[in-house]
Amino acid sequence: MFDARPQHNEYLRHRAQQFRSQVARRLDGSLTEDEFKPLRLMNGVYLQLHAYMLRVAIPYGTISPDQMRTLALLAEKWDKGYGHWTTRQNIQYNWPKLVDIPDMLDALADVGLHAIQTSGNTIRNVTTDAYAGAAADEVVDPRPYAELLRAWSTDHAEFQFLPRKFKIAISGGEKDRAVIAAHDIGLRLRRNEAGELGFQVWIGGGLGRTPILGQVVREFLPEADLLPYVEAIISAYNLAGRRDNKYKARIKITVAERGLDVMRDEIEAEFLNRRAVFTGVDQDMVAEFRAVYAAPAFRNETDGDYEERRAASVGFRSWTDTNLSTHKAPGYASVMVTFKAPGQTPGDASADQMRLLADLAERYGHADLRISHDQNVVLPHVHKSDLFALYSELKAAGLATANAGLVSDIVACPGMDYCALATARSIPIAQEIADHFRARDIEDEIGKIDIRISGCINACGHHHLGHIGILGLDRAGVENYQITLGGDGYDIPAIGQRPGAGFPAEEVVPAIDRIINTYLDLRDSAEERFIDAYRRVGAAPFKAALYPVNA
Amino acid sequence: MSKTFTPSIATPAVITANDLRMGHCVWMRDGGWTADPREAQLFEDEAIAEIAMLDAIGQANLVVGPYLAEARRGPDGRPEPTHFREAFRRRGPSNYFHGIQAELEASNV
Repeated sequence: MFDARPQHNEYLRHRAQQFRSQVARRLDGSLTEDEFKPLRLMNGVYLQLHAYMLRVAIPYGTISPDQMRTLALLAEKWDKGYGHWTTRQNIQYNWPKLVDIPDMLDALADVGLHAIQTSGNTIRNVTTDAYAGAAADEVVDPRPYAELLRAWSTDHAEFQFLPRKFKIAISGGEKDRAVIAAHDIGLRLRRNEAGELGFQVWIGGGLGRTPILGQVVREFLPEADLLPYVEAIISAYNLAGRRDNKYKARIKITVAERGLDVMRDEIEAEFLNRRAVFTGVDQDMVAEFRAVYAAPAFRNETDGDYEERRAASVGFRSWTDTNLSTHKAPGYASVMVTFKAPGQTPGDASADQMRLLADLAERYGHADLRISHDQNVVLPHVHKSDLFALYSELKAAGLATANAGLVSDIVACPGMDYCALATARSIPIAQEIADHFRARDIEDEIGKIDIRISGCINACGHHHLGHIGILGLDRAGVENYQITLGGDGYDIPAIGQRPGAGFPAEEVVPAIDRIINTYLDLRDSAEERFIDAYRRVGAAPFKAALYPVNA
Repeated sequence: MSKTFTPSIATPAVITANDLRMGHCVWMRDGGWTADPREAQLFEDEAIAEIAMLDAIGQANLVVGPYLAEARRGPDGRPEPTHFREAFRRRGPSNYFHGIQAELEASNV
């Protein structure tokens, strides 16, 4: 995260001090809970099932080693030794005491981190591709624009009380890895026929109880117009968005009810007004951020003994086959470190693991770390000659699980094990599925597949986007799990469809097993992924496998 | 989430909330709040429960979000949850043995 400006940290310390005063006034009775609740939410503090929860923003998932060490400090000193990566590239702490949270915010402020706007009806953490600045297919690094949006949206006076929360994602690759179609605003960097840089702008996407994919409101927005256009979108939404019903307040409903053309007309009219008053300081800032996010000094070296090591070690070869992504620089790879080891809670990271990753990023990864949408951590720039050493250190710490994108790399929200909104648990279901397929020892045979679980219709586990999605519900006082099929957040955005009735908790693993067996039987080759096979044959064979009696 | 209902002998209830400072689950007992759900007071009379809820709401300096949760009388006479959500609040998360429940057990060893 960019935090080079001293005034940024000073501002964060001021905010932490402000919250300290608010906590003191709540405790001495000067503030009621009704008065205090919006104040704590403005600082990312929720009250969950068993404890308070502090959600810390990791802007666009980019974090430095020192910031990672501070996250470890918080886990160790004020929590129970771990934190939880979220699907929005943030971290959550599940056990802080209210009286300690001001100290936690002070520690975060020391390294330019905070929990501002991680809750409330405001612009949330801007998200992007975990491989930004590294991916081989990248058109332009999206992070300077993500930082511009972060700096602009933080404490933006006009947008602190929107009809509902507002999420922006930005993608810079040929392939969308930021799931822009599932965001209130999705931005896709591209060049037009003249070679000029700009954005394809999507609006009105979102998951939750009414999952809707966004629509393109502007095919090409010149790069310099980003802020006035985004401001115009949110301003139009701020005026038109419904405040009478929180379930109909997101921009996706505004667009659906009013129509894209009406929204576009209002946005374009507002855009003309807003653009006129932009002085160009935003472009100066983008230039500054581009310098901050300039590519590191990549080494021009041979791959060393990389291939020999791959040939000699089955474990290393499996890990490189599964957890590496193609890098834009010769001799480099991006490494996905998964937090989905056997028995692990998906996305939980211990303080020791965080510190190790900080050290490894400095030693092997140009001091760069990313939190991914799928609750893992990416070291975006690792030279191939360092991969075996990196792998060895990760393996010693239990962090070299070769399952990135496989059936045990399951995305799961905290569910009813932590969340006050949840209607069923997610974590044990994810663990049971992962354990089952590990026991069958067919993870590699199944290949790439995206399984996602949410413990309620708010869909924090992004189950709608899973090739296989699972939604936990309360059916007459019993946990029940609906299955969706065919969702996709990355290649061809799609909302998963429900083939039939849900299953009791103990029947989820057998149901997923039948789905996987059906896929293995009908795929046309080992290279055909689950989602591709599903698209080819449709839902019918999977439905028949799920509900054999009714088929 | 617990539904709204009227406590009675057929549908008893406990009053539960979260501790303001620490955040953990607490249950109303005679004369205060306890982190041990087995010590919770079981309400089987609507009027008494209503007065107790008013008392709980008045203790905003101690607890957050008090509500009536349906319960039943167990074989030992102590309250037991009827819904899985309340069962999870009593035993803590299923992935780690953490929270006030773990602390209580450790203190009893």
